[in-house]
Amino acid sequence: MAISILKRKNKKQKQSASARSWAISMTLIALGIWAFFTYLFDKTPDAVQSWFQVWLPPSTINESLVWVICALGLNIVVGYAGLLDLGFVAFWAFGGYAAGWFMSGFFNQVNIHFGSMSAKTIPGIHLSFWLVMIIAALIAGFFGIIIGAPTLRLKSDYLALVTLGFGEIIPQVFTNGENIGGFNLSNGTKGISPVDAIGIFGKRLGPFDLGWKFLIYFFLAACMVFVSLRIRGGRLGRAWLAIREDELAASMMGVPLMRTKLTAYAVGAFSGGIGGAVYATHVNGIFAERFNFSISIILLAMVVLGGMGNVWGVIIGALLMAWINATGLPAIGDTFNNTFHTSINFPSYNFLLFGGILVLMMLFKRDGLLPEARIKMISHENDDETSNTGGH
Amino acid sequence: MSSILSAEHITVEFGGLVAVNDVSFDIPEKGIVSLIGPNGAGKTTFFNILTGLYKPTSGHVMYDGQEITALVPHKIAAAGVARTFQNIRLFGSMTAEENVMVAMHSHLKASLATTILGLPSQRREEKAAHEEARSLLEFVGIGKTATEFARNLSYGDQRRLEVARALALRPKVLLLDEPTAGMNPQESAVFVDFVHRIRDEKGISILLIEHDMAVVMKVSERITVLDRGEKIAEGTPAEIKSNPRVIEAYLGKGVGAGH
Ligand SMILES: Nc1ncnc2c1ncn2[C@@H]1O[C@H](COP(=O)(O)OP(=O)(O)OP(=O)(O)O)[C@@H](O)[C@H]1O
Ligand SMILES: [Mg+2]
Repeated sequence: MAISILKRKNKKQKQSASARSWAISMTLIALGIWAFFTYLFDKTPDAVQSWFQVWLPPSTINESLVWVICALGLNIVVGYAGLLDLGFVAFWAFGGYAAGWFMSGFFNQVNIHFGSMSAKTIPGIHLSFWLVMIIAALIAGFFGIIIGAPTLRLKSDYLALVTLGFGEIIPQVFTNGENIGGFNLSNGTKGISPVDAIGIFGKRLGPFDLGWKFLIYFFLAACMVFVSLRIRGGRLGRAWLAIREDELAASMMGVPLMRTKLTAYAVGAFSGGIGGAVYATHVNGIFAERFNFSISIILLAMVVLGGMGNVWGVIIGALLMAWINATGLPAIGDTFNNTFHTSINFPSYNFLLFGGILVLMMLFKRDGLLPEARIKMISHENDDETSNTGGH
Repeated sequence: MSSILSAEHITVEFGGLVAVNDVSFDIPEKGIVSLIGPNGAGKTTFFNILTGLYKPTSGHVMYDGQEITALVPHKIAAAGVARTFQNIRLFGSMTAEENVMVAMHSHLKASLATTILGLPSQRREEKAAHEEARSLLEFVGIGKTATEFARNLSYGDQRRLEVARALALRPKVLLLDEPTAGMNPQESAVFVDFVHRIRDEKGISILLIEHDMAVVMKVSERITVLDRGEKIAEGTPAEIKSNPRVIEAYLGKGVGAGH
């Protein structure tokens, strides 16, 4: 008890100071990574280069930033507002297809160019990436509201079920969307590729401009962090947390439950749309089979592992798990197979792994591996508090 | 005396059980009144009706001249009917200050956009809200706990925080459900003065559910007694003390006229 009282002192100061130092150190690390890969990487010995290609390729670093963006979006829904969403992949898909529709040659019946750097003669709709990102977010946000409005009235278990179904249906629609009443919505299993390069400062970022893309993705992830923290500290964030903590008490304190939950859901969907569009630029295309349930589960595991509602924890959870998913599992698998002369397909167990992590976390460490200091404190004090109240 | 909140012929049924049976009841403007009765009498259920959590099987609730029977809870709260809970319901992993600020939701104007952009108007509002929250915490006597997590507060402080949070709604009526539960006799005595301060300094009308007869008799201007969902008596503390039906209802519970 005495120790925890000491720890509690100056908490407020420490929190804002730590937020700033986190932000600064993250930025410095990002710039360091960027400088390393842009300027130093080619000059390093071959052994170092091949080590990186196996254990930490630049494309994995970029991809993990995409995961961070989406995980922070889901964190608003699950971590802040406490709404269990098992179908977040749907918003990712909407965002991805928005990029496919509006920044590629897919709709080759028309020839619309706006702010894009692709040649004016190429047919299709070619809008600026930045504009497409906003459109993607709006489409996803719109569907978030459409699906959220009727279901957020339900009890949380039902909400989980409905979102689960939604996350299955939407990708199916895209997978089978080659011929919807004669209209090709999604190009079916063939997918849409390539999508246009991102244009910035008069430069086109092709598939190999990983360094520049890294900076853009980092910037977008940083925006998500900023927005998450800002909202958390304000009127809406407080209402979300209150709903997570005690919905009934929140409504008795004047918080409109439906509208507040719907806002959380829509903001989450909005971010998922951005993440989807960014992902499309990362893989230079949209492929229906990638939008599956495991994405929803991995994102959820990132949020839970990082400590629900704790932005910095979620970032670390997302980076870690994105790395395991893209590189760690295959690389460890290869090493394992080579050493023991086996031929186990490790990446195919990713779903099992992340599902397992999720279950274990929920059973044994609900506050995440990296809970906010305060959350940790609470969950430990809670033990002796429950025995205290009995005495009253 | 005009009443700020009145319940007219309220009946509540849960399946076959009649939890509240045709109870009418007034909270006079700037009055302090109490609702008492044995366990299971229907007191908390009655609170839940007044705050819109349950809808009555029949009857009406009037507040400030308007019917609020059908309103959703958050609208009733925002209109100025605040409450505390018999079994404390704070937002455990939020700070004391944040708990209070949640209840300011309906007064604050910040939108998603102004919050993200951090516009000056939003900052000013937020700063004022912080100050109001601090002064409410001071008012209930737990100013030092502002940055502590509600879950870590002592039991008595949690009860006080519930009151501060309710006051943040800037209510006209405050409903307190067994506020002295778990307090020792000294704390309860202090509490009587505290209730008077809320009424006198903030001009709020107060309805208490209370088991501690010493507190009830000292603090209440009028008392209503429920037993098994029925209103069995109503009157001043002196009248209630000597009412045979009340004594009968409480017999065997060791709380009678002599208390
Ligand atoms: N949601 C509900 N569903 C079914 N029955 C309920 C519900 N809420 C209350 N009751 C029943 O209504 C009756 C009145 O309960 P209530 O909680 O209002 O009593 P109370 O006077 O507050 O008692 P106490 O002094 O123990 O707090 C009880 O029999 C209780 O079991
Ligand atoms: Mg009760």
